[in-house]
Amino acid sequence: MTISNDIDNIKLLLRTVKDPEIPVLSLDDMGIIRDVKSNKDQVIIDVCPTYNGCPAIDVIPGLIKQTLHDAGYKNVQVNQVLSPAWTSDWISQEGREKLKAYGIAPPLENCATDDELFSDIQAVACPLCGSEDTKCISKFGSTPCKAQYKCNTCQEPFEYFKCH
Amino acid sequence: MQKQLIKYVQRLGDNALILGQRLGEWCGHGPVLEQDIALTNIALDTLGQARLYFQYVAELKGENQTEDDVAFLREEREYTNLLLLEQKNKDWAYTLVRQFLFDVFSFHNLKGLLESSDSTLKAIAARAIKEVKYHKKFSSEWMIRLGDGTDVSHKKVQTALNDLWIFTGEMFKPTEDEDLIAKMGIGTSCEEIQPLWDLEVNEILAEATLQRPDDTFMRYGGKKGQHSELMGFILADLQYMQRTYPGLQW
Repeated sequence: MTISNDIDNIKLLLRTVKDPEIPVLSLDDMGIIRDVKSNKDQVIIDVCPTYNGCPAIDVIPGLIKQTLHDAGYKNVQVNQVLSPAWTSDWISQEGREKLKAYGIAPPLENCATDDELFSDIQAVACPLCGSEDTKCISKFGSTPCKAQYKCNTCQEPFEYFKCH
Repeated sequence: MQKQLIKYVQRLGDNALILGQRLGEWCGHGPVLEQDIALTNIALDTLGQARLYFQYVAELKGENQTEDDVAFLREEREYTNLLLLEQKNKDWAYTLVRQFLFDVFSFHNLKGLLESSDSTLKAIAARAIKEVKYHKKFSSEWMIRLGDGTDVSHKKVQTALNDLWIFTGEMFKPTEDEDLIAKMGIGTSCEEIQPLWDLEVNEILAEATLQRPDDTFMRYGGKKGQHSELMGFILADLQYMQRTYPGLQW
């Protein structure tokens, strides 16, 4: 097996590692795998955490190591990289579709750099009926990355993955 | 210089840690579910920020120090957080005003740190500012909602503002290490942050129909490790496990 094939294989395996808090997304969908390196004895993976206090930070390296270990990679090192800072814009298109199907509205794109205090953000579409007539009912939710919304059309409450 | 840099980064971490500890006290006690979740989420963010600062401090200190040593095994005098952040939660108004006054400061401080010549500080700031920006939106909205709300909510938030105002001066009075670190282009100058803070705070207070208290008397000390009597109680809670079971690990 050549080295490049090896890296492709590792990347395929990483696609099977799910985010512990949003299990429909893989770490790859989340955009937190920043680099994969491999030499004869060792696999080195750079991971960029999402929110600084996200409890998944300490769980993810273990999940990666376990998955690769089971596939025969015995020596795996997971590094935390801080820069550039993770942004929700890195969530893949496939990941956004998966979020929607799971009932979580995907993050709006390109608004993470907005400095305005009370700018009118674009409408967050309801993941259930698609209506854009929705209302934020809580800026915070069950995990650091989500807020609570309600759809005024179908009346269902739903979670929104915050733009970050 | 290394000594001053450690002091500087450690203070950033202490501010985040002590605010997070205070906010965490609300867990399960928020006035309504949404506010309970909001405060504990903010606490989680600040705790995460504190970890990054302390990991860096541990690295700078060397000698096998860990982030936990920095967080849990120092004496009261070695913590250098702002006096503002150790003040009691009291009620929703006090908690909110404390949050608002610090969020505005923290935002401009982190914005300055985005230009730091120290690559680690710069990286941490780029991550933290995303969270702090969101906290600031939350606390600013609430200042307006309560200030420009009912007679009762207006009175409560004005009282909290009057009481906590004496702790705001400390944010803008640099210590020796801050001065040096700012001159070297590593840290921010808190004197330069003051006009930005004034502008933004005044704007929100005006919209909230709140009266800005006079700057007649200010309390200092936290940044030099001279704390109020509240700090010992916070640390007793915070350090309990490590003091009772030294070296305890999860």
